[in-house]
Amino acid sequence: MSIEHELKNVAPERIEVDRISKSFTTKHHVVSALDSISLKISEGEFVCLVGPSGCGKSTLLNIIAGLEQPDSGSVLANGEPVDAPGRDRMVMFQEHALFPWLDVMGNVMFGLKLKPGLNDRERLEVAEYYLHLVGLEKFHHSNIHELSGGMKQRVALARALAPNPRVLLMDEPFAALDALTREQLYGDIQKIWEARRKTIIFVTHNVREAACLGDRVILFSPNPGRIRKEFAVTLPRPRDINSVELAHYSTEITAALKGFTAGVGREASE
Amino acid sequence: MKRALTSIIFFAILIGIWQFAASSGKFSQVMFPPPSNVAEYLWQAITDGTLGSATLVTVKRLLIGYLAGLILGIPLGLFTAKFKVFQDTVGVLALGMQALPSVCWVPLALGWFGQTEAAMLFVVVMGTLWSVIIATSDGVRSMPPIYLRAAKTMGSSGLHSWVRVILPASLPYLVGGMKQGWAFAWRSLMAAEIFVTILTGFGLGQLLHYGRELHAMDQVMAVMIVLIVIGLLADKLLFAPWERFLHRRWGTGTLK
Repeated sequence: MSIEHELKNVAPERIEVDRISKSFTTKHHVVSALDSISLKISEGEFVCLVGPSGCGKSTLLNIIAGLEQPDSGSVLANGEPVDAPGRDRMVMFQEHALFPWLDVMGNVMFGLKLKPGLNDRERLEVAEYYLHLVGLEKFHHSNIHELSGGMKQRVALARALAPNPRVLLMDEPFAALDALTREQLYGDIQKIWEARRKTIIFVTHNVREAACLGDRVILFSPNPGRIRKEFAVTLPRPRDINSVELAHYSTEITAALKGFTAGVGREASE
Repeated sequence: MKRALTSIIFFAILIGIWQFAASSGKFSQVMFPPPSNVAEYLWQAITDGTLGSATLVTVKRLLIGYLAGLILGIPLGLFTAKFKVFQDTVGVLALGMQALPSVCWVPLALGWFGQTEAAMLFVVVMGTLWSVIIATSDGVRSMPPIYLRAAKTMGSSGLHSWVRVILPASLPYLVGGMKQGWAFAWRSLMAAEIFVTILTGFGLGQLLHYGRELHAMDQVMAVMIVLIVIGLLADKLLFAPWERFLHRRWGTGTLK
């Protein structure tokens, strides 16, 4: 397989979530994290899942990733049932989850080395391409602990992109970063999404972030975890997190979120 | 370079004080010989080959016993971390055995194996094994589970996960455990060699023991110095490279 072929955009995937339920048993009671959730995400769509902590949005992401199994219901990726992790669906976690025993290049190569059909030279070129894409071409041999929080998440992004997945699953990837770094990454992720044509499912509890990134924002409520409302964001891209138009959307979404979490007593948005 | 010089000056002062105290006439030259006598013995033992062959015998026992301990201990430690059955059996056994000073194995080893190399190796393995098991299993169990989840999404599973994720992730613990295992092996071998004369090989411990019987304290001190040097060399050659790697990658090792 040639490197050009490997770097070519693959068709993004369609994800169908069909009546997924999942509950957890704690010491004293059973928590219904997801209660018969159904959701269709089309090819190449950028969908944000928003809700207060405990609403099951991360659990749903893990189920789509194949890292957790639902109690009932099913997930289809391009019509194929999901029951285990797969190279077509890569995950980016809130904690960068980079391996400290490898350098930056080693981390990006980890998934590539497990991908058949490439030789070592090609793998290296692919890794270099993605490190360049996230702006870290000068840090191939840095150790993970030497990088800032934002740079770590860039490496994690390059690592997730490198096996050329069709879906990118992002679990609050920017939550632990400072505002300035985050804003930069909003721009970058939109650019990369347009360049690489992936389906992206993005979990966050930050309403503004969701409105900035998503084609669609889906609101979850906790106990039991359910989908409450959907918003289509039709602003042109790239979007600026500080724009006035975006503020309208986020005000509207925040109002809806407050409406159904009033009784819960949790801080629902930032 | 400056640090090497600091060390050299420190040891020169130490030897100077020793020479001064020993030749002051307040102590018996037999019981407290000056460094010059010790150096004299060292030179003689090196040139007539006594020291070389004794060191060879001891280091060989140590390395074989230690390697056997690692080869047994690391897999057992991994199983202990992974399987409940091992945790409740081998894990508990290791915890108990580790508390037992390994010199306590000497009488049993002599009873079972007689005055043979096997007895020596047995004591060294018993000194190494248990702490390696415990360090390995602790290391694996303290690994953040997110590493394994991330690896899974990239297509890692089974043996690949063990070799490429779990083992390197627990490396800081493993190196600590291997170092502790080494220290235990070294101590138990010396105890065994001092206690027991094995006809098949005359090690440094025996040399130390006969020095005492002959009231040759210069010999005793010379052998002790050799033991210290071997300990330092082992640290520099066996463990320092690993520790440098750990500190570089994990960003540890500096108190600033």
